[in-house]
Amino acid sequence: MENKIEAKNLNLWYGEKHALKDVNLNIVKNKITAFIGPSGCGKSTFLKTLNRMQDYVKGVKITGDLTIDNENILDKRVDTTILRKKVGMVFQQPNPFAMSIYDNVAYGPRIHGIKNKKQLDEIVERSLKQAALYDEVADRLYTSALGLSGGQQQRLCIARCLAVEPEVILLDEPTSALDPISTLKIEELLMELKDKYTIAIVTHNMQQATRIADYTAFFLVGEMVEYGATRDLFSMPKDKRTEDYITGRFG
Amino acid sequence: MRSEFDNELNKLTVDLTKMAHLVDSAIENMIDAFKHEDKRLAKEIMTNDRLINDMERTIESRSFNLILRQQPIASDLRKVTSALKIVTDLERIGDQAADIAEIILNMEETQSYKTVEHIPLMAKKTKLMVREAVDAFIKQDLQSVHMVKQMDDEIDALFEEVKTEVIEILKEENDKANACIDFLMIAKYLEKVGDHAVNIGEWIEFNQTGKVNKHRLI
Repeated sequence: MENKIEAKNLNLWYGEKHALKDVNLNIVKNKITAFIGPSGCGKSTFLKTLNRMQDYVKGVKITGDLTIDNENILDKRVDTTILRKKVGMVFQQPNPFAMSIYDNVAYGPRIHGIKNKKQLDEIVERSLKQAALYDEVADRLYTSALGLSGGQQQRLCIARCLAVEPEVILLDEPTSALDPISTLKIEELLMELKDKYTIAIVTHNMQQATRIADYTAFFLVGEMVEYGATRDLFSMPKDKRTEDYITGRFG
Repeated sequence: MRSEFDNELNKLTVDLTKMAHLVDSAIENMIDAFKHEDKRLAKEIMTNDRLINDMERTIESRSFNLILRQQPIASDLRKVTSALKIVTDLERIGDQAADIAEIILNMEETQSYKTVEHIPLMAKKTKLMVREAVDAFIKQDLQSVHMVKQMDDEIDALFEEVKTEVIEILKEENDKANACIDFLMIAKYLEKVGDHAVNIGEWIEFNQTGKVNKHRLI
């Protein structure tokens, strides 16, 4: 079992607020790892650190080590555009660009220099198929993405992410704004994608974590309290705080 | 938080404890009925078995609805699933007590309790085993579970002794043939009670550890 991402003694401050405290956590390659924990526990903060999204937040300070394929991504010399190609992100609210479905998916490849129409066509079709959306939109690729349903928009966001051929996909509560059927479709999609990609997902939904995650990390007040195989963490948690959280004995 | 869930889990434990006490009483009464040739008591045991069966259904229903409505995990899941398994073994012990009571009711042989030397000892040990298993459940005590397993080895050995004795009696006293069949059946039922007590112990172990006999189940 290979680690794709390794965090060692990772600390993050938002100004005075110590939001991540000495986090040591490995994300296994080609597996789904879920981050769970109550609001404000640091799970989304940790997720966003993995592709340097924190760079846009004023007053952020990060110490410690964070490597992807043994390369330190916190180094100031890292090209974050290339990093974010390698490590894609999907957010809670689907955020299709106000343009056609085609242009949404082609956006990333175009930024990275692909101009050839035939190549772009292939990338768009392949990505939409990978995201299990192509059949539903093949006849309206040039219509606005804003006309899609919530579930479709979210799959479009996944297609957009896949179009630049990432190695890691980060998802921050990707289904909490979606209906149950869209949720299950996206879960099924993630299960298929993990063969080729490493996936990390923040979720508030325990059952989602037990359905799809191979590994789960429980965060609490900036600390990574417990990490393990999902089956172990949810059947026999080692830490009482984990047990109390997952059984809903505290929120 | 989850007060409704906790209330339901508590009711589950209360029901299971009540059923365990009923089963314990059934075994104790069955041995008394056998010892004192008390056919009235034997009939009462058979009638009361219906109460034990009803409790099985109540507990099963409570467990299924808990799973449906509350999606238990971790220790809550182990509690509910082990309750489902324990209830089956408790009900079977109740059945065995009632089956022995039926034999006592219809037995023509008098002074039968001591005819086969090892049966009183087997009966006493079985009663202790069930008591120990019920205690282990109430206290969630793994030491008691271990003791129950050891006692089962003794019960199995006693069954073999009873078999040997019954064969001897059959060979020497033809007029005791009917009674011998009854004795063998009673001993077999007692041996089965021991097996079910061991099962209860295993599910107590599962509730605490997620494992049964070192096999991880969850």
